[in-house]
Amino acid sequence: MKHKTFFWFILPTALAMLLFIALPIVSVVMQSLYTPHEQVLRVVENCGPFGCTQETTIDAEATQALRAEQPLGQFAGLDIYLDRGHLATTEVAEAWRTREGLGDFMGALGNLPFYRAMGFTLTYTFTVTPLLIILGFMIALGVNSLHRHLKGLVIFFSLLPMIVTPLIGSLILFWMIDSRGIIGTSLQWLFDDPDLSLKASTGLTWVTLIVYGVWHSAPFAFVVFYAGLQTLPKDMLESAMIDGASRWEQVRYVIIPHLMPLVTFVALIQLMDNFRVFEPIVGFNAAAHATSLSWIIFNDLGGETRLLSSAATTSVLTIIGVSILLSPVLVRTWRDFNTKV
Amino acid sequence: MFMKKIVLAGGFALMSSTAYAACAVNEGRVNIVGNEFPAIQTVARNAASCATDTLEVKANLTADHQKINVAGMTGNPAEYTSAIVANSSIVALINEDVIRPLDDLVAKFGQNLQRNQLVTIDGQVMAIAFMANAQHLVYRADILAEAGIEPPTTYEEMLAGAEKIRDMGLLEYPLGGPYAAGWNLAQEFNNMYLGMGGEFFEPGSAAPTINNEQGIAALEMMKALSEYMNPDYLTHDSNGTSAEYKAGNIAMMHMWGSRIEPLRDLEGSSPEVVENTAIAGPMTVAGGSIPATTLWWDGWTVAKNISDTDAEATFVALMAGIDPSILNEENAREAVWLIEGYEPTEAAKGVFAAASMGTKPYPMVPYQGLLHSALGAELSDFMQGKEDAATALADVEAAYTAAAKEQGFLR
Repeated sequence: MKHKTFFWFILPTALAMLLFIALPIVSVVMQSLYTPHEQVLRVVENCGPFGCTQETTIDAEATQALRAEQPLGQFAGLDIYLDRGHLATTEVAEAWRTREGLGDFMGALGNLPFYRAMGFTLTYTFTVTPLLIILGFMIALGVNSLHRHLKGLVIFFSLLPMIVTPLIGSLILFWMIDSRGIIGTSLQWLFDDPDLSLKASTGLTWVTLIVYGVWHSAPFAFVVFYAGLQTLPKDMLESAMIDGASRWEQVRYVIIPHLMPLVTFVALIQLMDNFRVFEPIVGFNAAAHATSLSWIIFNDLGGETRLLSSAATTSVLTIIGVSILLSPVLVRTWRDFNTKV
Repeated sequence: MFMKKIVLAGGFALMSSTAYAACAVNEGRVNIVGNEFPAIQTVARNAASCATDTLEVKANLTADHQKINVAGMTGNPAEYTSAIVANSSIVALINEDVIRPLDDLVAKFGQNLQRNQLVTIDGQVMAIAFMANAQHLVYRADILAEAGIEPPTTYEEMLAGAEKIRDMGLLEYPLGGPYAAGWNLAQEFNNMYLGMGGEFFEPGSAAPTINNEQGIAALEMMKALSEYMNPDYLTHDSNGTSAEYKAGNIAMMHMWGSRIEPLRDLEGSSPEVVENTAIAGPMTVAGGSIPATTLWWDGWTVAKNISDTDAEATFVALMAGIDPSILNEENAREAVWLIEGYEPTEAAKGVFAAASMGTKPYPMVPYQGLLHSALGAELSDFMQGKEDAATALADVEAAYTAAAKEQGFLR
């Protein structure tokens, strides 16, 4: 392609990417480096339906003047990144100094919001991603060997979890697993333990979220793998059969190698998605037991007082986290690409 | 939710054609943002009666109102000409300086207002309150009678009663309360801490002072109460607790006055529960005289960044929204109205008791919201028994301090 043609061809995409990806990232990074001005406070008398009290309030005029002078706020550098709500360097150093053992140190880390969120996010990401790939692959193999009359119906039902909006799906399950819900009560009966509650224990809440995550995302892996199976050359399988390969050996030595690029693709997308786990935490009301970086951002923006700088900082940390997580897969793809060329 | 708003807005538009021109102004733009519960819907519906061909009245009522009101009032001209707020949420609007003083409008159009409806900050009227709210005791008269106990007036009596109800095998988890991790749990701490006589901040400063004896005692009491609650209590907000109550699983709970009326609805409930639902004032704790609860008002404001015409239209429309003539038998039970001519109904007993017992209003200081968020995030570890009360409170103070430093309240 000529350079000029290429330029016009890529221009709309490039513009859209600049507007909707690059600029917001720049804005988020800027926001994370600045904090609001020092508040000018004064004590005034407030009156209302319940009488009068002396209370502190913000001096609006003085604040206005400060803002007009420096619209961005005060430059904070990396202060927000290092504070207790984020990387908490001081607290971590302190915990390391006063540790009584590795467990004690990890316990202290788990008490800091960022590390607690990372603890759950990474556990979730690295259990859900492989499990959903395996499950999706098994469903794809199963559906592929069905009679063609049955396939359409089974495919439709297998896709249902993905069709349900995540928040709605988790909310429905939330009520079902309530200790008075249908699943909650069944489990109590099954394990003969009337006090069993999926929502009350951290471990069981994590299991619930992970099971939900696999349930919700497996159809995606299934669809991709099922499409991949349709491209599998028949003669290759047939020659394997003639060579006496068992069903397991066909899967292991013919089908899996054929689908490997798709596994990389699914892993890439799902690692990214699972790292940003959010809806199930809100839907299952699980914030007491499990938080994620996305949940922290939501919490910062949804409080009575919005913490914009804090939310921006967590966003930047999320972007960095996703980049680190994806780097091995990206490097691998890059190598594959180069060897092919 | 979105469809509902469109239908609502459509409903308002339709009403405009039948409206009689009782409103003093008939040009301008009115756009109200606010929470979604029956009393506020009534106000917005009646405000829309002012609408004419030249006076537009719209409303966006949603539980997420706090996420959009500041942004929607920051522009010039502001999208929302009025936000319906409570004593907690008005603080964010004042902090961002997006609402206007109403003194001139009150002088011009506010003759019908009562003195106690005016919310003044430093002598300037910033909001017009129209209803009061508080959490108080709700109980099942039949279960308490069967157990032979009186409705508790202190939390200690509540614990003893719960013990008795459980021992008699009447209910496994006789207590309830909105203890969901986050805003609700933090609010229960605020209630209990005020009941213990605690102060949130050093006088005249944003430095927190909750890690003390009262704070620890408040947490220990909450923990003791939670032993008698459904094990899932950390996921039960007001809705969840109400559902549990309506299912007949709770004998005594701490609930919002504004949520009493739905408890008398048979849907999702049984006649046994509905007929035996009784209310009483809030409880005190640890021998204190101030109840362990807070007083709230809901009221409306007028945006700063709008033309004077729109501001007048907004004020007049909302005055129509809270006109004494809106009170009929059904509306009167939706809230404890602060409107002239309101006769307290049976459902208002608890809130009135709270007010007469000297309950403190929820504080209106600019950094209270930050402390509330920090409490909501950090207290669940204690409730689950993962750490002791002092550690949890130290965590709250540390989380609050980080946020307050970021916002410029602390150095």
